[in-house]
Amino acid sequence: METKYAITVDDLTVAYNYKPVLWDIDLAIPEGVLMCIVGPNGAGKSTLIKSILGIIKPIAGTVSIFGKPYEKQRSLVAYVPQKGSVDWDFPTTALDVVMMGTYGSLGWIKRPRQKQKKAALEALEKVGMLPFKNRQISQLSGGQQQRIFLARALVQNASIYFMDEPFQGVDATTEKAIINILKELRKAGKTVVVVHHDLQTVPEYFDWVTFLNVKKIATGPVKDIFNDDNLTKTYGINYKVSVQE
Amino acid sequence: MGTAILGAICGMLGSFAVLRKQSLLGDAISHAALPGIAIAFLITGVKDSNLLLLGALISGLIGTFWIRGITQKTHLKSDTALGLTLSLFFGFGMLLLTFIQKQPNASQAGLDTYLFGQAATLLEKDVWLIAIVAGIALLIVFVFWKEFKILLFDPEYTKTLGFNTRFIDILITTFIVITIVLGLQTVGVILMSAMLLAPAAAARQWTNSLGIMVLLAAIFGAFSGVVGTGISTIEGNLSTGPVIVLVAASIVLFSFIFSPNRGLLFREIRFRKNRNNIKMQKTLAFMYGIAKTHENISHPHAIKILNGFQGFSKKSLQELVDLNYVKISGQQWSMTQEGFNTAANLYDQQITNLHE
Ligand SMILES: Nc1ncnc2c1ncn2[C@@H]1O[C@H](COP(=O)(O)OP(=O)(O)OP(=O)(O)O)[C@@H](O)[C@H]1O
Ligand SMILES: [Mg+2]
Repeated sequence: METKYAITVDDLTVAYNYKPVLWDIDLAIPEGVLMCIVGPNGAGKSTLIKSILGIIKPIAGTVSIFGKPYEKQRSLVAYVPQKGSVDWDFPTTALDVVMMGTYGSLGWIKRPRQKQKKAALEALEKVGMLPFKNRQISQLSGGQQQRIFLARALVQNASIYFMDEPFQGVDATTEKAIINILKELRKAGKTVVVVHHDLQTVPEYFDWVTFLNVKKIATGPVKDIFNDDNLTKTYGINYKVSVQE
Repeated sequence: MGTAILGAICGMLGSFAVLRKQSLLGDAISHAALPGIAIAFLITGVKDSNLLLLGALISGLIGTFWIRGITQKTHLKSDTALGLTLSLFFGFGMLLLTFIQKQPNASQAGLDTYLFGQAATLLEKDVWLIAIVAGIALLIVFVFWKEFKILLFDPEYTKTLGFNTRFIDILITTFIVITIVLGLQTVGVILMSAMLLAPAAAARQWTNSLGIMVLLAAIFGAFSGVVGTGISTIEGNLSTGPVIVLVAASIVLFSFIFSPNRGLLFREIRFRKNRNNIKMQKTLAFMYGIAKTHENISHPHAIKILNGFQGFSKKSLQELVDLNYVKISGQQWSMTQEGFNTAANLYDQQITNLHE
């Protein structure tokens, strides 16, 4: 059986002003992998995810999800934005934010009901945030806010998950908890794409990796391509065994 | 009556503007409306309020889309774009107004009420217009509540869920523009944005729920409208706008100081209370350490020992006595069984408090 690709990106080029921040990106991500995108600050990792999700309009290129244009497949895709992208002083509760994950399937105008609430509570439970469900979101710690965002994506019950730095500012315990949830998603056959900064943990957490720095440097199984050569090409400095320990 | 309804929708829609951090937008729109009023008057030569407001609406909308255009197409920050539009349109409007005033046409008198507002000039049909618009705005907010909420909180995420964010955005903005234009007659160009922002800012202080915030803002707005109009009518010739805004500003001030969660006063009280509490607990913990060294936990010790402990005060000792954790006789203190148990649990309690 030939490999089924969850996400394919062809010739994607993106520029904010005049300078391209992504250049001719080609990607084919197989279904069911737990993949990380690595690259230095400003490499365009967030931009890549946002262009795949249609938040940013690319100059050129196409994106397809399970072989169809993204616009037709939205319901299969969930997104965890970088935590700093919203104002956490917004007047709402943790449960309410998680409920927002159900808005997509509800569509216009229809209000969430008992069924949606139940799903949201289950997601909160999964990320260990149930006791905080009525907390005002500004009164949550950074790691807790991160888990709320994760729960909101889980509620979407998607086939593909994009997460922008879900481990940013979380402690070791929370990191383990989150990675376990991601591994569970993979076990359930979902595809998970994560922007990740801690190179040390790549081999332990992920089975697929994409090196990015404006251009795509490499993409493939961690065990085949996660090596000094690609790291050096991506980060510019010489990477020696440091990460292979 | 008209100003009450007006205040209410200003508060409601103002909440959205505040949460989107578009505080300047209201300012820009209302200032942008001024040349529209002047031009409408120049063209028609009559001072029919509906026609003037139509002019205001058109130039307000032009201003709004102009701002959007500038921020999308150039590298300018949005507040720069707002400021630029604001001064450009307002300057042009003032120029036209001066020009009109120099004309020997008697009917021009009173056009400048649009600068600071005059509720007395509201006719019954104006009030009806305001009421109808308010009704529609209320309906829209009710119907698209969920969409408004999610767009305000996380616009990019909203887009990924498949909502047409531009549509929601334009819907909100259009209603803000219409509200501003309707408010020009009562509140005036210069202070209109304060009318939009003040009730919302005050309401934010009292609640952590979007629904209640919007409701409260509407109530505050209506209240300012009624009281402000009342005062300006009683006092005769005062412009309505400044009075209404002053009332709204007093509500803001009051809210910033007295609101239970975010207010300065209660925050200070809570801080003191907390500090005292912690001082007392620390004292208790210190005593616990001493009492533990004895087989009989209620063995008396000299109060003097406690002086060596930082953070000890007569007051916290007295509080411990009041709580029946400690007994004092003469210069000696002894711990009660209750105090001992409480102290033993103190550390555990704090841990669980953290996780509540
Ligand atoms: N809204 C924007 N307008 C203009 N330029 C932008 C914008 N957002 C990002 N950029 C630029 O695009 C480039 C890529 O940014 P991006 O946020 O995708 O990087 P990243 O790989 O996610 O970085 P980080 O690791 O810091 O999150 C950077 O040079 C950045 O300065
Ligand atoms: Mg990023």
